[in-house]
Amino acid sequence: MHLHRFHGGLELPGHKAESTGRPLLPLGIPHLLHVPLAQHIGAPAVPLCAPGERVLKGQRIAQAEDYIGAHVHAPTSGRVVEIAEHPIPHPSGLSAPCIVLESDGHDQWTDQGLEPWTDWRQRGARELRERVRDAGIVGMGGAAFPTAVKLNPRPGKRIHTLVVNGAECEPYITCDDTLMRQYPEAVLEGVRIVAHLLNAERVLFAVEDNKPAAFQALAAALPEDEREFIQLVSIPSVYPTGGERQLIRVLTGLEVPSSGLPADLGIVCQNPGTLKAVRDAVVRGRPLISRIVTVTGPGVQEPRNVEALIGTPFADLVAAAGGYAPDVNRLVMGGPMMGFAIADDAVPVIKGTNCLLASRPQDTPSPGPLMPCIRCGECTRVCPANLLPQQLYWFAKAGNFDAIQDYGLFDCIECGCCAVVCPSNIPLVQYYRFAKNEIWAREKERQKADLARERFEYRRLRQEQEEAEKAARLARKKAALAKPAPEGEKKAAIEAALERARAKKEAAQAEATETPVDSPDRSDL
Amino acid sequence: MLSAILVIAGLALTFGLILGYSAQRFRVEGDPIADQIDALLPQTQCGQCGYPGCRPYSEAIAAGEADINLCPPGGEATVLALADLLGRDPKPLETEVREKAVAVIDENTCIGCTLCIQACPVDAILGAAKQMHTVIESECTGCELCLEPCPVDCIEMVPVHEGIAEWRWTQPAPSPIETPLHARKQAAMQGRKSA
Repeated sequence: MHLHRFHGGLELPGHKAESTGRPLLPLGIPHLLHVPLAQHIGAPAVPLCAPGERVLKGQRIAQAEDYIGAHVHAPTSGRVVEIAEHPIPHPSGLSAPCIVLESDGHDQWTDQGLEPWTDWRQRGARELRERVRDAGIVGMGGAAFPTAVKLNPRPGKRIHTLVVNGAECEPYITCDDTLMRQYPEAVLEGVRIVAHLLNAERVLFAVEDNKPAAFQALAAALPEDEREFIQLVSIPSVYPTGGERQLIRVLTGLEVPSSGLPADLGIVCQNPGTLKAVRDAVVRGRPLISRIVTVTGPGVQEPRNVEALIGTPFADLVAAAGGYAPDVNRLVMGGPMMGFAIADDAVPVIKGTNCLLASRPQDTPSPGPLMPCIRCGECTRVCPANLLPQQLYWFAKAGNFDAIQDYGLFDCIECGCCAVVCPSNIPLVQYYRFAKNEIWAREKERQKADLARERFEYRRLRQEQEEAEKAARLARKKAALAKPAPEGEKKAAIEAALERARAKKEAAQAEATETPVDSPDRSDL
Repeated sequence: MLSAILVIAGLALTFGLILGYSAQRFRVEGDPIADQIDALLPQTQCGQCGYPGCRPYSEAIAAGEADINLCPPGGEATVLALADLLGRDPKPLETEVREKAVAVIDENTCIGCTLCIQACPVDAILGAAKQMHTVIESECTGCELCLEPCPVDCIEMVPVHEGIAEWRWTQPAPSPIETPLHARKQAAMQGRKSA
């Protein structure tokens, strides 16, 4: 297969071997699990359980109310202790509502869970999508976007290609690698289910060439007669080739339009972890309650991959990896390029936790003093989205949020290449995140202002209307008082009324005499 | 000489007629500048500017009667946007910017007098005579106009809870080299003083 190149990118030292040397370790059930209600992009889920209630493994304990959202399921059986704010893995280090679950150790599955479907080929797209939603599946590459939404292309968009993103391009992370080596059949079954759901014509399964073992395992699990349909592609290891847009560019040579989606090209991209979760949900009726996490870096004693329940504290994962190295000073969720530092290792594993990276002071030496931008253009050379990072930086710094959008801020994938090569050590990505947040916040404020304006104007209109009605009423009353009807008219009116009354009386009398005495309905009176 | 004067006069007359006609024909209803200003204002309808609402204030700015720095809820961003729109120099705000807050009615104390309902500029208070009132939080602009009329002082301004969804990345500090020399000197002086 002919491969293409995307602009820029970096060849980074992989550091993958550290964590792939040891086998995958399924972690036990922790005593207390903190299950956040917002583990995904979209509105937080709404709890379906109350403190003190006993829940069973796989039971839905929180429900997504919006279309863009994901349900949350109990990772094990036990008692709900409380629903309260606890720290979650987030760059802010802030707390968010979590369901705190005390496990009872029985790990008892609910019997009202999802029914296993071995006959999924007979099921329609809508039914399968509903199952993906019921299982609370989100993108497991890190972004945690609800998968059911991604599998529902807008009307008129025909999906012909499913791209499986097994690139895992960021250094240190090996959870997808482990998954593909450990469960190649399950991943391929997930591929078949999603391809069936989307009615795709072909599947491109991309794996970076620094993961030969995973590629071999997949190749061995893929039947001969299916190789036309599912093509395994080994792609060069260049960071960030695992970016959705970059991967599509490498595989097809096509460019996803700015502010568009891969679906505009007829492509949907999925992570192998997500596909395995889809397979577990459909074939085994299992919701998404656990995931593989890489625990690695020079800051842990025995880097490895673990399979942990959602809600397990990070500290348990680190303990499973032999504990911290003596002089560890930094714990990051995600990789060294796109991850963020965690202040407290009591925060729980969420659906998007792919890697924990611990490091010592000597591993992340201070890059040197922060200097002004010298317009060297290195950042432009490495930008995989074909942007002008130095221009974006100037606009973000100056608060020029209109111009920065003209320069494609929202096409920035925050990969961090520009910041790595910057000789002035400018934290460029933070500038872009700041600008994006600021633009979103202003947009939100503007919407609020529009609503207030509308309500204010409506109120003014109503008041004016009431005022006018009142004035009209007063005027009518006044008019009625001001000119009483002339004498003759009044007399005539009285005459007419008397006449009418008399006529009515006469008519009544006439009717009474005419009515037969033996009328059936009168006889019994 | 004469022909030149005639030509110029003729041109002036023709263009004058065209302009005069189009001024009548394509007349714009309302004041487009006031509309543009209104779009930049936060629509709190609080009256802190001295005008009864955002729309009257924007009309006053458009007419040149009001300054652009009278809107505390809009903050510095609004002053800058207005300065940019009108080509005026930005000025510092007259009053301090208050923390974002919404009105909350203490339902145990409320006597159901409807005075706050009448005061609310955006109809964000729900209730009826002798019934308990409550504020629709998502529609409250935090203008504080309901506080004053309440006879039993049961309305309180509660700061908006800034949760994880409202959290934002901050702008990184610029390189020390980029800060002007006098500012650096000042900072150094202050540092010495405090030490």
